[in-house]
Amino acid sequence: MRELIVISGKGGTGKTSLTGAFAHLDREKIICDLDVDAPDLHILLSPKVILQEKFISGNEAVIDQDKCQSCGTCAEMCRYDAISFKDDKYLVEPLRCEGCKVCVSFCPEEAVEFPPRYCGNWYVSSTRFGTMVHAQLFPGAENSGRLVALLRQKARAKAKEEGRNLILCDGAPGIGCPVISSLSGTDLAVVVTEPTPSGLHDLMRVAELCSHFKIRVAVIVNKFDLNQEQTSKIQDYCRKNSHELVGNIPHDDIFTRAMVEKKVVTEIRDSNMALMVKQTWEKISDLL
Amino acid sequence: MDPKRKSNLIVSIASGKGGTGKTTVSASLACVWKKPVLAVDLDVEEPNLHLFLNPEISHQEKIYLETPVVDESKCTLCRMCSDLCQFQAIKVMGETLLTFTEMCHGCGGCLAICPEKALSPGQRELGILSQGSSLGKISFLMGSLRVGEAMSPPLMTIVKKRMMEILGKERADAIIDAPPGVSCPAVCAVMDSDLIILVTEPTPFGFHDFRLAWESFSSMGKPMAVVINRAGLGDSSVYRFCDEKKLPILASIPYDRNIAQAYSKGQVVARLSPELEHKFSDLARELQGYDREAAYA
Repeated sequence: MRELIVISGKGGTGKTSLTGAFAHLDREKIICDLDVDAPDLHILLSPKVILQEKFISGNEAVIDQDKCQSCGTCAEMCRYDAISFKDDKYLVEPLRCEGCKVCVSFCPEEAVEFPPRYCGNWYVSSTRFGTMVHAQLFPGAENSGRLVALLRQKARAKAKEEGRNLILCDGAPGIGCPVISSLSGTDLAVVVTEPTPSGLHDLMRVAELCSHFKIRVAVIVNKFDLNQEQTSKIQDYCRKNSHELVGNIPHDDIFTRAMVEKKVVTEIRDSNMALMVKQTWEKISDLL
Repeated sequence: MDPKRKSNLIVSIASGKGGTGKTTVSASLACVWKKPVLAVDLDVEEPNLHLFLNPEISHQEKIYLETPVVDESKCTLCRMCSDLCQFQAIKVMGETLLTFTEMCHGCGGCLAICPEKALSPGQRELGILSQGSSLGKISFLMGSLRVGEAMSPPLMTIVKKRMMEILGKERADAIIDAPPGVSCPAVCAVMDSDLIILVTEPTPFGFHDFRLAWESFSSMGKPMAVVINRAGLGDSSVYRFCDEKKLPILASIPYDRNIAQAYSKGQVVARLSPELEHKFSDLARELQGYDREAAYA
């Protein structure tokens, strides 16, 4: 079984539109949306949920006001400035609480409770392109690498069960915890970039991250015709660093038109774009 | 964050979805801002604001997180530290206490709880903080996460502390370029600002993530306003939503290949035409107006 992740470093370069199209083009895969923070793939795939489960991760501190003697130990020891003193009361601000348990352990009155944190839901769904594993964190919840790891584990189990040979993952922007969690043990990272200073800068950082984990990198330049000079810079960078260039996609609002129709771009008939995306996918398939 | 701070305005530019134009709006606002302004890049995973403001960097420092170091000669393997640690960063394996520094969140609990004083503070590099100025009038501050480092909020917190120190001295306003998303890094970026500008594009993805951002940030009770980028693309959902929730749309940047091309050359969009400059000056004036109302409230 092979695992492929589509990432970008910079947000908004076209990861999800392309992942959706790849899901259409490959018949033998499980689809997995690993952007658990702001997932969008479901907008194109209209999944029907088969299984929904709670994602519970870590704990959060809550001060029992009946027991609290206002000694202030918790606020002094909290390194996240999560405990404030308002109206003669010590209160934990949930958005700042890291769930480290320091206040719970050091409170002399044992006045800090530590309930589990219900952070979001995860789903197994059916789509017109096959089974999809996805999730949605609650707004403001911890963007957990743990949820990404859990989804990948579920996707692998599903692939085994259905006898699929590929897990196609849509990743998150950035280079932090969710992206790191989505890279471990992946066979290929497809980085979608754009010919802008931000696109190249962020490609370099995310490709360096992939190299750090010894993961092979393939690059798609989206909107390549927006700036030929920047596109050449990206191509040079890829050649120097032995990253495969698998496609140049032109700037075209057909992606948005497809999105408005809740379709992937390869479902739009009689378009050159469908052909170009198909050729790109064939090159990626050869690398797997 | 600092109750004494009254005269400065802190505006964060956030979005939910990536690539909607946060950096475009942040750079443009910084360039047309009438008062002294500090431009802060808190998208530490992929900071891009410097690519448009081209600041001269006058100061750089490495930022560290405090992590534990074990003195084996003092450790009695009592496990109080490993029982406390919620992040699997310190564990007894056989007859040894091991630390997994990259898992550590820097809470300091193990150091405080050890009865034998067998743990001392060590450090893990989080990234680099850079300070400088651009065009002689914009103060500049950014955090850049070390590639391979998983946690961005600890570095963001330190950059925010530096921002407050600078604002305390310079009496400038601050414009924060926030990371995409709606979970902990994005919340961390906007939580200390006075108002939040949500930049979105009127596409289904843009709208979906915009709504998540609105839900996520609403709980903080801060005023929010909207800038629509690539207006003319997509559909009308975002307009209907703003109308329904009484979210003011303060500016609208048209969908225009010329703007995309200028961005691709690292140009600041507010500098492209008198119309665009006007649009951002109006936006800046509107935001600065909010400052006065707040100060007199």
